[in-house]
Amino acid sequence: MNITQILFWLLSVTALFGAMMVVTSRNPVYSVLWLILTFFSISGHYILLNAQFLAIVNIIVYAGAIMVLFLFVIMLMNLNKNAEPTRGRWIKFAGAISGGCLLLVLVAALRSTEVSSKSVQVGVGEIGLIKNLGRELFTNYVVPFEISSILFLSAMIGAVVIGKKD
Amino acid sequence: MYLLAIDWIFILEKFLLVGFIVSLSMVVAMYATYGERKVAAWLQDRIGPNRAGPFGLLQPLADGGKLFFKEEIIPLISSKFLFILGPILAMVTALLTSAVIPWGRPLHIAGRDVPLQVADINIGILYIFGVVSIGVYGIMIGGWASNNKFSLLAAIRGASQMVSYELPMGLSLLAVLMLVGDLKMSSIVANQVGEGFFNWHIWYQPLGFLIFFICALAECNRTPFDLPEAENELNFGYHQEYSSMKLGFYLFAEYINMFISGVVMATLYFGGYDIPFVNEANWDINQNLLALIGFAVLLAKAFLFVFVFMWIRWTIPRFRYDQLMKLGWARLIPLALFNMVITAAIVLWLKK
Repeated sequence: MNITQILFWLLSVTALFGAMMVVTSRNPVYSVLWLILTFFSISGHYILLNAQFLAIVNIIVYAGAIMVLFLFVIMLMNLNKNAEPTRGRWIKFAGAISGGCLLLVLVAALRSTEVSSKSVQVGVGEIGLIKNLGRELFTNYVVPFEISSILFLSAMIGAVVIGKKD
Repeated sequence: MYLLAIDWIFILEKFLLVGFIVSLSMVVAMYATYGERKVAAWLQDRIGPNRAGPFGLLQPLADGGKLFFKEEIIPLISSKFLFILGPILAMVTALLTSAVIPWGRPLHIAGRDVPLQVADINIGILYIFGVVSIGVYGIMIGGWASNNKFSLLAAIRGASQMVSYELPMGLSLLAVLMLVGDLKMSSIVANQVGEGFFNWHIWYQPLGFLIFFICALAECNRTPFDLPEAENELNFGYHQEYSSMKLGFYLFAEYINMFISGVVMATLYFGGYDIPFVNEANWDINQNLLALIGFAVLLAKAFLFVFVFMWIRWTIPRFRYDQLMKLGWARLIPLALFNMVITAAIVLWLKK
């Protein structure tokens, strides 16, 4: 087992454990903190794939900005008193069945893709470095890139309009 | 020595460098508290600490000892783990930034090139940005775990201040990146090295530097942006419930942040380890000595910024909260956008 494999298993275990704790934590603040840990381990995976830009953007945008907003809302709403209402047995049953169906669909979809036959190149690809990524985004994929930026702009304007006092 | 396909001498080298840089930051931060009191005394026509040791030089040790021996109180109904995690995160994020800073030219020791930079990663400047955005958690977790409404409100105040000032900071950094065309910290410095000091980015980015400097003040929670610790009008702040060394770590992290942001500003805008008035390429001197002189020059630049931070603290009164938000969102962001567009236009024009 070389160092990359050791790191891979370590990061995978952390990511999965963190994701489990997000769902099972009673206190929403702890859930958010576990989610941040999960984001960090996913960023670690990106670094193993030599996608440094993706890794750091994942940390800046998700762990550094979106999760801070989550924490803001949760702390201000004072949800720390285990305020989660208890649900009936039938609701739990229905939830388990629908979750299982989603899992089934995802597994079936993944089986038919080409992903399973290709092994991942670890630590060798150059496409994840910022120069190559930028060139790719602004030449081959410039139209989708610009369209998504317009989408973000419209979302921002929408938020301002909704938040405005009238 | 290869084991697990790792060069262990390389690892040892990096560990030594990390240990050195971390202890350097600690010592600098320790004496920054002393420096702050001396500067305050000087500006207010007093003498300042002069009892412990010659010129009061042992005063930081006495203060640290006092903090360690004070009674430690953890609020009963607060979350104990998160209450301890808060100051740890504050310290860790303060120290993490130092990893990508080029502290000097490479040293030559026993046939090896030892770079004075822990990691010259491809995304250097974005890494700094990432660490800064993680720095909010130390404040938020500490404030929330204190289980005190005043701490919580102060934590949210501090966090929203940091989030707001990250944006103009990032925008002013973008203009520097356009000049360099690379995100690596080493190439940002290499772009400024040369004869004299007219290669420094400060000459090309005066407005960008001003915005970055203001944002650095706000990110370090220094006056005039020190609302998170406005004790007389806003009930101290997110570390209200903290006592003993945990409070000490929060305050200490502020001084480390101050030093590191001084180093970052020197690296981005003032040539990093570039020695002014000297063309290093033509200077006939031992390479190791040259590297050490460059390191000392970088430290001198950083200390100058730390001094300016202190000077500002004892000169300017603090902003009101609405003024702070207005300055961040309505003044600095448009100004930073303007700076970015102008820089982009000029860079394009010169390349044509």
